[in-house]
Amino acid sequence: MAAATHGNNATVSRLAPTVRVTDPSSAALQKEARLRFQISNLDFFYGPKQAVFGLNLKIPAGKITALIGPSGCGKSTFLRTLNRMNETIRNSRFVGEILLDGQDISQMDVVRLRRRVGMVFQRPNPFPKSIYENVAYGLKINGYKGRLDDLVEHSLRRAALWEEVKDYLHKSAFALSGGQQQRLCIARALAVDPEVLLLDEPCSALDPITTAKIEELMFQLKDSCTMAIVTHNMQQAARASDFTAFMLDGRLIEHNETSKLFTTPADPRTEAYITGRFG
Amino acid sequence: MMSRLRLMWRKSLNNVMLTLTGVAAFAVVSVLFLILGYLVWNGGKSLNWDFFTKLPKPVGETGGGMANAIVGSLKLLSLAAAMGLPVGLLAGVYLAEFGGKMFSFVIRYTADLLNGVPSIVIGIFAYSLAVLPVRHFSTLAGGVALGMMVIPITVRSTEEFLRAVPGSMREGAMALGASKWRTIITVVLPAASGGIVTGMLLSLARVAGETAPLLFTAFSNRFWSPGWNQPIASLPVMIYTYAIAPYDDWHRQAWAAGLVLLALVLIANLGCRLVLNRRGAIRSV
Amino acid sequence: MSTATTIEQAVPPAPRSRTFIHRLRDGDEVAHVLTLVFAALILLITSMLVYELWVNSHLSRAKFGWMFFWTRVWDPIFGNFGAAPFIYGTLVTAIVALLIAVPLGLAGSIFLAELAPRKLSDSIAFLIDLLAAVPSVIYGLLGIFIVVPIMRTKLGPALKSALGFLPFFQGPNYGVGFLTAGIVLAIMVVPFIISVSREVLLTVPREQREAALALGSTRWESTWKVVVPWARSGIMGSIFLALARALGETMAVTMVIGNDPKISASLFAPGYTIAAVIANEFTEATGDLYLSALIELGLVLFLMTFILNGLARLLIVATEHGGGHP
Repeated sequence: MAAATHGNNATVSRLAPTVRVTDPSSAALQKEARLRFQISNLDFFYGPKQAVFGLNLKIPAGKITALIGPSGCGKSTFLRTLNRMNETIRNSRFVGEILLDGQDISQMDVVRLRRRVGMVFQRPNPFPKSIYENVAYGLKINGYKGRLDDLVEHSLRRAALWEEVKDYLHKSAFALSGGQQQRLCIARALAVDPEVLLLDEPCSALDPITTAKIEELMFQLKDSCTMAIVTHNMQQAARASDFTAFMLDGRLIEHNETSKLFTTPADPRTEAYITGRFG
Repeated sequence: MMSRLRLMWRKSLNNVMLTLTGVAAFAVVSVLFLILGYLVWNGGKSLNWDFFTKLPKPVGETGGGMANAIVGSLKLLSLAAAMGLPVGLLAGVYLAEFGGKMFSFVIRYTADLLNGVPSIVIGIFAYSLAVLPVRHFSTLAGGVALGMMVIPITVRSTEEFLRAVPGSMREGAMALGASKWRTIITVVLPAASGGIVTGMLLSLARVAGETAPLLFTAFSNRFWSPGWNQPIASLPVMIYTYAIAPYDDWHRQAWAAGLVLLALVLIANLGCRLVLNRRGAIRSV
Repeated sequence: MSTATTIEQAVPPAPRSRTFIHRLRDGDEVAHVLTLVFAALILLITSMLVYELWVNSHLSRAKFGWMFFWTRVWDPIFGNFGAAPFIYGTLVTAIVALLIAVPLGLAGSIFLAELAPRKLSDSIAFLIDLLAAVPSVIYGLLGIFIVVPIMRTKLGPALKSALGFLPFFQGPNYGVGFLTAGIVLAIMVVPFIISVSREVLLTVPREQREAALALGSTRWESTWKVVVPWARSGIMGSIFLALARALGETMAVTMVIGNDPKISASLFAPGYTIAAVIANEFTEATGDLYLSALIELGLVLFLMTFILNGLARLLIVATEHGGGHP
């Protein structure tokens, strides 16, 4: 196996793109029978340009899966296909199958899909409304029954923000610090009770202390909410996730339990990346 | 928790509203084509050689033309240009190159203020300045009124295009020993000249169509107006006078004049905006 | 000895270089002063404008005082002048214009900013900017010969039969009047609303829209509940600008409003606006009081548009400098 990876890396990846994917189903996944997402042979195109090549991945329920890789490797693009967010970009399309709990998401109503699969963005983007209204937004448009106040409080608690804002619910969201705004965005996303939460480098604009808070938050949430997080920060992936997938040039190179991937990476490219030799 | 019915309602609302916005946008654009269409149809019929060469006939008689109004508009525009453009240009240079913070803010604010003054009020002002003291209407008074309206647009575009000239160009000149004013005249102004000139043309195109400020400054004239001290005919005022009169022949001529005026204004605008778009964004309004 | 020479040589040849630098500096000074004078000229012109308006309306202000605003009479023969019919007409036509133009303009700007592909949006915006350049007298021409007959023969009767129970749509309909003027004004100010609102909407950050969509909003919901509120101040600003334009509009209104200084509830009735009466009667004004009253009306109009334009600029700048804070 080691011999096969010498020589031209590009040749190897063209020939056998998934040769190094250690399918966790053999090990960890068999303990977890449920898979949230099953992605098969995903190709993604921005117009004529292809950004993702033949991606196969299984995202298990109740766990945190991290997506790592150098800039431009396609991890954000891939993440955004999971809630069809890329549809807002003209001339983009994907080929392949993405199943959410066994259902093909391209056949699903997109509004419904996005309620089930939530997203937290790189930079906090609260609406120009009060804290309360931000969290209530998703609830209101979906016409949720039940007392709005209770649901808002519940979401803010899940996001570990309640204690800090409970007396200021009607203040503008912009009055909060960056870290608080990001937790507000998490609360807002959690309010509609998604099954999956996609996080696109959520801590890149935040300081280490806030980052730690958010990682702890993720740990507490994962039982009720499957998470997939794109991160540039390998230490974060190593700390916070259960499974890690390494991508390079639009291809999935390796996918394994985090502890295994970081201590004994199967692919030399993975090893090169995590030891900081590139990217 | 989310009923199927509610989702259906949300989606149909979505489709209806989005369609309506498209309808609105196209409705507004179609007004433009409607205007053009009507003017070309009604005005084109009445446009003949007489229109451009003959003087208006006495009231009640058919025929005649608007030669004096065309020349009149040109005379008024040249006066407005002579009076307003230099002020706008130099003030723009001041704001972009020399201005202190507070004073520049005041000047800019005032220019914006002047821009927002209703044209009829500008007419009143020009009246009190140029008509009242001499007790008669004149081309000069009309020129003063239009000249004042030219200033704010010219100032804003001059300043904008001067500022857009990169600092590196200025520094290059100054490093060679050029003084500030020399840099401005030989390097900065030429670099910005395209934008500045188009800004000037746009301001002239705007005042070319103004009627209200001329009503009691330049007034009107059914004959030629030699010199600068007599009342003078202009296209917009003629259109107004003829349109509200009870004579069909005059209506016909009003359409023709409207077509000529609109054609000139639109061509000037089209040309200027296309040039500016290629150079960089133009601020609307 | 040698040190003395060196020190002497170290001193620059005084007279020549000083005049050279002097000349240079003077050139810049001259340029500075020259341009400053012209910039100050703008200040001078505007101040004089306000001054002349104030001074020349003195007679009327002295005679009528604040009653000028409430008096409904406009009687040149007996020298009794009141501004009420004109203020009423100005406001009514402007309000009718906004009621039509704001929904139309906002909808159009939403289409151009959110839905249309960039190239199409830019082309249409370009055409709409051209609409804004059409002279007012041309709108008046079309108003007289197209809108008035339609109002008299088709639109008026239709409105009467559908909404005739409202006082707005009662009374005789000659084609000219408040409603016709409002419609023509609406067409004239819609380009301003679309233009400015579109620009403002385009500055709303992508992430706002994406956040709304990611929560499962439809496109309309994300636009109406998130993007538009973010741009709220700028859109308000565009409406104020449009209003200021509508208030000061002269020619098109004069040609279709009927020129009757009366206050009526019916929108079909002829009326008068401040700008229209000045345009019509300024050259006919016999006597200083008459003229002074007209100029006072001009002063009132000036103040109204001054305040509106000031507010409008503030609001537009507020959105550009960082978003809709609630």
